[in-house]
Amino acid sequence: MLEIRFHGRGGQGAVTSVELLALAAIGEGKFAQGFPSFGPERRGAPVMAFLRINDHHIRLRCKIASPDVILILDPSLIRIQKPAADLKPEGTIVLNTHKSPAEVRQEYGFKHRLALVDANTIAKEVLGVPITNTTMLGALLKATGVVPLEAMTKPLQERFGPLASKNFNALKAAYEKTHLEEAQP
Amino acid sequence: MAKAKTKPARFHREGMEVSIAVSHAVQLARAEAIAAYPITPQTHIVEHLSSLVADGQLEAEFINVESEHSAMSACIGMSAAGARTYTATSSQGLALMFEILFIAGAMRFPIVMTVANRALSGPLSIWNDHSDIMAARDIGWLQVFVKNGQEAFDHTVMAFKIAETPSVLLPMIVNLDGFILSHVVEALEMPDQELVDQFLPPYSPRHVLNPKAPVTMGAFAMPEIYTEVKMKHQVTLTNAAGRIQEVWDEWGQLTGRQYYPVERHLTEGAEILLLTMGTLTEVAEIAVEEMREAGLPVGLISLRQWRPFPFAALRAAVGDAKLLIVCDRALSPGGAAPPVLAEVRSAFYTQAQRPDIIGYIIGLGGRDVPPEAFKDIVAKAREEVTTGPTQEFHLYGVRG
Repeated sequence: MLEIRFHGRGGQGAVTSVELLALAAIGEGKFAQGFPSFGPERRGAPVMAFLRINDHHIRLRCKIASPDVILILDPSLIRIQKPAADLKPEGTIVLNTHKSPAEVRQEYGFKHRLALVDANTIAKEVLGVPITNTTMLGALLKATGVVPLEAMTKPLQERFGPLASKNFNALKAAYEKTHLEEAQP
Repeated sequence: MAKAKTKPARFHREGMEVSIAVSHAVQLARAEAIAAYPITPQTHIVEHLSSLVADGQLEAEFINVESEHSAMSACIGMSAAGARTYTATSSQGLALMFEILFIAGAMRFPIVMTVANRALSGPLSIWNDHSDIMAARDIGWLQVFVKNGQEAFDHTVMAFKIAETPSVLLPMIVNLDGFILSHVVEALEMPDQELVDQFLPPYSPRHVLNPKAPVTMGAFAMPEIYTEVKMKHQVTLTNAAGRIQEVWDEWGQLTGRQYYPVERHLTEGAEILLLTMGTLTEVAEIAVEEMREAGLPVGLISLRQWRPFPFAALRAAVGDAKLLIVCDRALSPGGAAPPVLAEVRSAFYTQAQRPDIIGYIIGLGGRDVPPEAFKDIVAKAREEVTTGPTQEFHLYGVRG
C-alpha cells in the first residue's frame, strides 16, 4: 500500500488533488481512499489531505501517521508543520520549489529522496494562475509511477470540463521537469 | 468480500465520495419525497440529491426546510401521503429532530434516513462519534451501522425494502461514521437501475392521507390504549428482525455481499473477543489478524443491527469466549455503562455461562483510532481480568 500525505493551505486544492488521484487509481482497477484532514475550513490555514492506494480493499480508517510520500504544495509550511518528521526513511518528499536539491537539503535538512519541481512557474505559464495542485500531481506521478499520466485524463475531465486539457498539460509539464534525487546518507 | 459464483454483468465499479454514493442509492431506489435542512451539520448527500432532482435525474419532491425539526415533520407528511420518503442528517441536526423522530416511529411511517454519526456539542465538535444516535436510541426506528462505502450504498437501498414491508412499516436509520466514512472517496460497485427496480418494487402504502377519503392519523391515545399501542410497536420492531435478514439474503443473492445482524472475524477458537460497530470494525480486523499471528486467541464480532437488538445472534457469536471487550463510541455521563456495553452486559446477565465483559470508550469527537489502539485495549483488558475489574468502564487514551 502506498500512503501519501498532502500538505497545503486552505484554498490551494490539496483535497481536490487527493480526490483526482484517488479516482484515477480506482479507474485503473486499484483501490484508493482519499480524505481531508477534517476541521474548520479556512482559506490560507495549513491543511492536510490523505491518500491511500492499494491493490486490495483498504480497511484502515485513521490518519496516515507514517507516510511513504509527502507532497508539499507550499514550502512555507515546512517550518510550521515539519511534514517530513514522520516520513518513512525510504520515503519521498515531493516539493514545489524553484531551488536545487542541494539548496533544499541545506535549507530544510532533508535526507530523504527528493522530487522537486517549480510548479508555480509551470502553473503560471500553462494555466495562467499560480494554482499548483494539479501541476504537482505530475511531480507525484514522476516520483511514484503509481498510475500512468493518461489515467488522470478522465478525472480531470469530469472535474474541470473545458479546463481539463490545460490542467493535464500543466501536470504533464511538471512530470517532465521534475528533478529526482535519491536519499542522502 | 466474497463474490457470488455467477454474477451477472449488471454492476459497474466507480470511485466517489461515500456521501455521493448514498445519494445515488436513494436515486436508484426512486425516492419520491425528500426534505432536508441544507446546511451544517449536513453532508453532501442531500446537496447532491437536490442537484439530481433539479437536473431531472430523479423525479422527486425536494423540500428545503428551515430546520431539521421541520425536515422530519415534512417527511412524516409526505410519507403519510404515500410517498417513498428520505432524509439525512447528523449530530445537532438529529438532536433538533428529536421530538418528531418518536412520532415517525410510533405512526409507523417507513421513512429512510442516513445519519452521518457525529459528536454532539459541547464542547463544539464537528467530528465523528456515536453520541448523536445513541441519544436517539429509543425512538422506535430500525437501526443499522455500516463499515465502508459499499455497505453504506447497499444498506440504503435495502432499508427502503425492509421499512416498507407491510408487516414492518417502520422507519429505518442507516448509521455511517461522519467524515471518516461520509467524506472519503473510495471504490464501490454500483448496480444498474434495472437490478434495483427488480429488487425494490414501488411503495404501495396501506393507508394514505387523501382529502377524498379522509382517515385519522396520529390520533391521541388515552391511558386505556397507550400501553397496548407501545406493546404493538415493540413486538413489530422486534419481529422485524426476520424480515431484515430476508431482505439482506435477497440482496446477497444479487450482489454476492451477504450481511448478518452480528458478523464475525476470526472468532473460531477465540477466547478473547472484541466487539465493534461502524468503521472501527475493519480497523479492528487488522489488529485481530496481527494478534492472531502473534499467537493470541483473539477474534472480532461486529454489531451491524442495533435495533432490534440481536440478542440471540450476539450470544451465538460470543459462544464460550472467556473475555468480551466492548468498544463504544459514546459516553453515558454518570450512567452504568456506555450504551453498547450496557446492552451487551444486559444480554448476558441471564446466561449461565457468560464471559468477563469489559468496556472501552474510544474515538470520541474525532479522536483517531489506529489498529494499535485495539492491541493496547486487549492487553489492558487481559490484565484487568487477572486483577479483577477496576471500574465499570474505561475511557481509552485519556491524557492525564
